[in-house]
Amino acid sequence: MPFTFIVSKALRFVLTLAFLVFGAIAASPARADAVDDALAGFTTDKYDDTDKAIQGVILSGAAMGGAIFDALGAGRLVFDPQSKTVLYKDASGALKLAKTGEPAPAELAGKPLKTVRLNNRLRRAVEAASGAFELRSPDRAKRIGAAKAIFKTREPTALPSIEAALAAESDPKVKEILTQARAAIVVGKADAPEADRAAAAATVAAVGDADALAALTNLPADSPPAVSAAAAAGVAAIERWQSVANVVQNLVYGLSLGSVLLLAAIGLAITFGVMGVINMAHGEMVMIGAYATFLTQAFIADHVPALNHASLVIAIPVAFLVAGGVGVLIERTVIRFLYGRPLETLLATWGVSLILQQLVRTLFGPSNREVSTPEWLQGSVEILGVSLTWNRIAIILFALAVFAALQLLLRRTSLGLQVRAVTQNRRMAGSMGIRTARVDALTFGLGSGVAGIAGVALSQIDNVSPNLGQSYIIDSFLVVVFGGVGNLYGTLVGAMSIGVANKLLEPWAGAVLGKIVLLVAIILFIQKRPRGLFALKGRAVEA
Amino acid sequence: MSRYRFLDGAGLLFLAVVLSMAVLIPASNLLLPPDSALHVPDYLVPLLGKYLAFAMLALALDLVWGYCGILSLGHGAFFALGGYAMGMYLMRQIGSRGVYGNPILPDFMVFLNWQELPWFWLGFDHFWFATMMAVAVPGLLAFCFGWLAFRSRVTGVYLSIITQAMTFALMLAFFRNDMGFGGNNGLTDFKEILSFSVQAQSTRAALFAATALALAGSYLLCRWVVTSKLGKVVVAIRDAESRTRFLGYRVENYKLTVFTLSAMLAGVAGALYVPQVGIINPSEFTPANSIEAVIWVAVGGRGTLVGAALGAFAVNAGKTWFTGVLPSLWLFALGGLFVATTLLIPKGIVGAASDLLGIRRKSDLPAGPSALASGAPAEPTPAE
Repeated sequence: MPFTFIVSKALRFVLTLAFLVFGAIAASPARADAVDDALAGFTTDKYDDTDKAIQGVILSGAAMGGAIFDALGAGRLVFDPQSKTVLYKDASGALKLAKTGEPAPAELAGKPLKTVRLNNRLRRAVEAASGAFELRSPDRAKRIGAAKAIFKTREPTALPSIEAALAAESDPKVKEILTQARAAIVVGKADAPEADRAAAAATVAAVGDADALAALTNLPADSPPAVSAAAAAGVAAIERWQSVANVVQNLVYGLSLGSVLLLAAIGLAITFGVMGVINMAHGEMVMIGAYATFLTQAFIADHVPALNHASLVIAIPVAFLVAGGVGVLIERTVIRFLYGRPLETLLATWGVSLILQQLVRTLFGPSNREVSTPEWLQGSVEILGVSLTWNRIAIILFALAVFAALQLLLRRTSLGLQVRAVTQNRRMAGSMGIRTARVDALTFGLGSGVAGIAGVALSQIDNVSPNLGQSYIIDSFLVVVFGGVGNLYGTLVGAMSIGVANKLLEPWAGAVLGKIVLLVAIILFIQKRPRGLFALKGRAVEA
Repeated sequence: MSRYRFLDGAGLLFLAVVLSMAVLIPASNLLLPPDSALHVPDYLVPLLGKYLAFAMLALALDLVWGYCGILSLGHGAFFALGGYAMGMYLMRQIGSRGVYGNPILPDFMVFLNWQELPWFWLGFDHFWFATMMAVAVPGLLAFCFGWLAFRSRVTGVYLSIITQAMTFALMLAFFRNDMGFGGNNGLTDFKEILSFSVQAQSTRAALFAATALALAGSYLLCRWVVTSKLGKVVVAIRDAESRTRFLGYRVENYKLTVFTLSAMLAGVAGALYVPQVGIINPSEFTPANSIEAVIWVAVGGRGTLVGAALGAFAVNAGKTWFTGVLPSLWLFALGGLFVATTLLIPKGIVGAASDLLGIRRKSDLPAGPSALASGAPAEPTPAE
């Protein structure tokens, strides 16, 4: 049985190795002659001697041990057969003395150097040795990394080195992780006391991640009942926590999608909801906002590079003005002739949307334009085990800010008062001296401008292309209709509930089918409540 | 009843033109030598046939929009469903001549490793069954959709938006491979219809003639509907839905009848369209297609039937010309057409022409543009 033999031999070897590490820690600081003796083993070009040399290096606690094992594993450990000097090449290829880490003397560099060869058995030994070395590295982050790696692999032979490191460790955080790594090994260790194993199961369960789950579910079948029970309890706790975390994650993703929908739909809620104008070119306003962002960024990069990091913020008012201006233009030239004819407005604005798309395609080409993400929006943060990118969080906050600003505008300013008056009763408002035509144009401009602002945000998460708007128009209309026309809160609730429902359906039905289910659900919902979630009551409905 | 003639002058002219096309174009294509000045070239026959199928779709749309005030932005879905029913028949006719040579399963099912035909493909090897389904499936969908929507009084823009959502949902569904309709690629590579090769010029000419006859038949049917008592009530619903309801008519039943009938017509149009273009895929469901169909009707003239067919023919001919000569300008032209039609000729070409000629034809249904435009009850105008 050569294979079993090799395995058992390797195991024994690793065990001794681990005990040696233990000893090495106790024996430090390094003894210079021991290092020399150990290194000499590398120069004989025999596997067994190399094996002994590895143990020797660990035993001696050589200062350069980490570098030596790195080099050995990567095939960069070399020796001069004549002078029996061991050297290594560092990652950049510079030749250094293995004993001290100093640059090699010039006379050695020209000589024919031999590489220390490895076989598979030695390669494993080198890995274990460098892991053991990492555990006592002066670098705190490296110690944590090594302990976490052991927690993941649950290598039983690492136990002695873990215990040694645990005894020597003073940093509480590292100590905690070492304790967890030890527990992960002990819980599956057949010859450990039962009570220890049960306690270890609890420690592992407290970690609560996928590795902990693996450690607890992969116990040997013949584990004593106390251990199995503790592990089962741990597994249940972890799975409960994970299902909660999953729901939380889907909720957060849903809110993120909902805020994208809110941004895309809120301008429509003004033009369609407040004014009753079906603006099929709304998506193109979003698209124009995204292109305005692109142009602003390009302009700033060319002319005032100092403001590069703020270009996205500067793009917000630019996009608002550009899209709002286009909106006023459309209102003055097309829509004002069509008030009271909603279906014809729909057709005319569809035509406008085709023209705008083709215009942008002619000016900027059909391919995607690159909009960069500023540094302060890059990266991600982990909250409650859910990883969120900063730009998603920023979009949620931004959407809520835009919503709040619009509410303020409609509730607290004289323009808002006039808009509401014209919405509720156009003729009466006119009789009171409100210039309804001007209010119409400004309201439409406002809705379009908000769409442009949405374009700034969407340029961060979607492709800036002439078709950008098309992908949002149907969703936006459904959000507004679902939430209830003429009510911004309805749009908020509608967007968020559609977003969350979409994300909760996705794991169950898949992305496309989930979307279909949602569309059908909204169609059925509109049958039930034809005026949406928050319907305006009274005579306004019939107007 | 006596106020409305079943066929007026424009209708008779239209029928005469369509029926003579049905005879003359196939005859000229098949019988005249290719170098004759009157010879219709081979490529033109299926192209004109396609226009006629679109004209039928426009008729169907005019029936609901022009006469009942329901602006459906999802009629492309009924058209496509009819097309899929015919496509399924044509797929089954391929038999073992497909790439994989499976006598029962279409190529894409073999490709997806399916072992047997899904239940909803059963029966589609019979022409009569496929034809029946091309009418029944869109009809059933329209009936269910309308039954829900009209009973809960979803009107005007809301109805338009949910019809759009309907065709959007269907598009997403048909794009899925596991639906069993060929996914992204749809159904294509047809070989023969009723044992005649679909590639043969004589088959194409016959399909053209069949489409022209179907168009004439649909026109007669639509004309019969709008001149009947049903049609009068439907127009009353368009102009003042609440008043009609208060007069005791069950508005939702009338709307449902017209909507379902219109969807069936659209289905037939789709079934005639597919063998002539040789492919049906999910892009037929895109909401943009349905909206484009609406503009045909608007250009030609809502509530005129003849105008709708004319508009479909004219706009599509324009599209063919533009995409051949100035492809980048086509969307500008189409967009401009939408804006110009709604702003300048809200009654469409036929409506504007009859206004211009000053003809008060008795058969014309009286209606102002504002009432035509919205499904919502028009404001009461005192003492007409």
